[in-house]
Amino acid sequence: MTVGQGTVETRPAVPPRTAWARLGPHLTGWAFAAPFLVIFLVFLALPILASLVLSFTGFGLGNLRDWFSAEFVGLDNYTRLVDDEIFLKAARNTLVFVVFGVPVTIALGLLAALGLNRALGRLQGLFRVGYYLPVVTSIVAIAVIWRYLLHPDYGLVNALLGKFGFNPVNWLGESSTALGSIVALGVWRNFGFDMVIFLAALQGINPALIEAARVDGATSWQVFSRVTLPLLKPAILFLAIITSSGYLQLFEEPFVMTGGGPLNSTLSVSMYVYQGLSFGNYGYASAVAYTLFVAIVVLAVIQFRLLRSDETA
Amino acid sequence: MTTLEAPRQAPFPAAETGRRGRLAAVRSWWLIAALLLGLLLTIVPFLWMVLGSLKTQQELVQQPPTWLPENATTSNYERLWNRLDLPRYFWNSTFIAVMITLANLLFCSMVGYALAKLRFVGRDKIFLLVLGTLLVPGAVMLVPLFVLMARLELVDSPWAVILPAAAGPLGVFLMRQFMLGIPDDLIEAARVDGAREFTIFWKIVLPLSAPALAALGIVTFLPAWNALLWPLVVLTSQDNYTLPVALAIFARGQFQADYGLLMAGSVALVVPVIIIFFLLQRQFTQSVTMTGIKG
Repeated sequence: MTVGQGTVETRPAVPPRTAWARLGPHLTGWAFAAPFLVIFLVFLALPILASLVLSFTGFGLGNLRDWFSAEFVGLDNYTRLVDDEIFLKAARNTLVFVVFGVPVTIALGLLAALGLNRALGRLQGLFRVGYYLPVVTSIVAIAVIWRYLLHPDYGLVNALLGKFGFNPVNWLGESSTALGSIVALGVWRNFGFDMVIFLAALQGINPALIEAARVDGATSWQVFSRVTLPLLKPAILFLAIITSSGYLQLFEEPFVMTGGGPLNSTLSVSMYVYQGLSFGNYGYASAVAYTLFVAIVVLAVIQFRLLRSDETA
Repeated sequence: MTTLEAPRQAPFPAAETGRRGRLAAVRSWWLIAALLLGLLLTIVPFLWMVLGSLKTQQELVQQPPTWLPENATTSNYERLWNRLDLPRYFWNSTFIAVMITLANLLFCSMVGYALAKLRFVGRDKIFLLVLGTLLVPGAVMLVPLFVLMARLELVDSPWAVILPAAAGPLGVFLMRQFMLGIPDDLIEAARVDGAREFTIFWKIVLPLSAPALAALGIVTFLPAWNALLWPLVVLTSQDNYTLPVALAIFARGQFQADYGLLMAGSVALVVPVIIIFFLLQRQFTQSVTMTGIKG
């Protein structure tokens, strides 16, 4: 509103005469926003709210025709979660994926960016494309490739390990190695994105700062830890939030690689929502999804606080 | 300060740089070796896919595995084309991804223009609303969207995939941020000349936003082309499958062990992306940093 008054003041010569003239700019603004707003409200905002409402009901297949016939069950879905062993297993698996996957992805992305920024000159473009290729590739294709590469009998990975005397491993078929393989695949698939962000951030650093530190006799490690790293903090914060919210939503990797098995050892929370949906347990699946939503927001807020307060200290 | 430090460094500058230079050279060899290893780890799986798609099933299950195909064959591609109706899945995927991209280019730039350059009641609230939904996980949308689509009788229609993706908050954010940088004078001058608001948007603002539109096109097209979860839920008959959905279902079902066929399918899925990626490499990196760093 205050901004609106500002415009009028800059053009006092033509005061709006009619109601239409006064309404005009507002209508134009809303007209430009209208197509987006309709889609946004119907297919994004409404479902987000509906999901919350659904999570307090026993909405099932039978209620698809008449929405209001669904039974209100209060917090039942949420109290059921606490005792649901499969959900707890899915939550644990998802946490493992986040706790191991996020730091490794960011660290590898940073290392790749530092390396590329330092060496290679002209070849840099080629490496960047190569590292970024898994990011833009369909997960379905990645799954086809990696399931074959990791095949216990005719996979390349076991064949190469065999040359060094290792016994073949059934990477995706054993509960002890399946989740680890999924974490590794997640890192392989995503570190290129972090690298590109870090490269952009590194190129934004004034070389004079680093030169000044060198002249003052700082070692490479000191330059990195005292100058470069603190300057990269906004990028790290951004990537920590984006990568963890993405990893908490883990779905595609286990869905196409293992189907959640063996023995639910790679089942994720998002996959559990999908299963609930396929069984027609819409109310319960919504409660699972909302719990995940809250977890994502809470983690984002914590990271924001932690990395921010560091900065001011 | 400088005068005090200068003599301290003076006695052995030559020796110092010489040793440092050699050390740096050794270190950069290590660095290049490590970077090359990383490149192999990302590229070899793709090479393996292409080579594998040209091998016979017999060779694919051979131990130890072969690198180059011994009897290169195109039979996997022929089966993909004839038995699996590849052209249909390819068309479905293309139609959906192109529609989503065009819709986003138009709608996101319209609202981006309004948010960046027009003044109206409720503008800042719209922007906050957009930002607020950036972190919402897809799983939250899954159930209610399905219930809604069932109600609208759009289940198993490509529109069920297109409509929810037709205007993403990320695109709005990107367009607004970019358009903020377009000088007000240009727009004001056109207004004084009596141009209508839509003409200003279409003839002046959109052409100036070409880099942002290219970036938005890329960040919209790729996820739309690669999308798996929602299309898998809402496209229920085989005729309507997109390429990733078809491949995912075949890979879990009857063709589970038919590696040659699956890898040929993966090549069909990945090659368009790689072509776009190589052609628009610069815009690619730009798109990532535009949506990324400025956030």
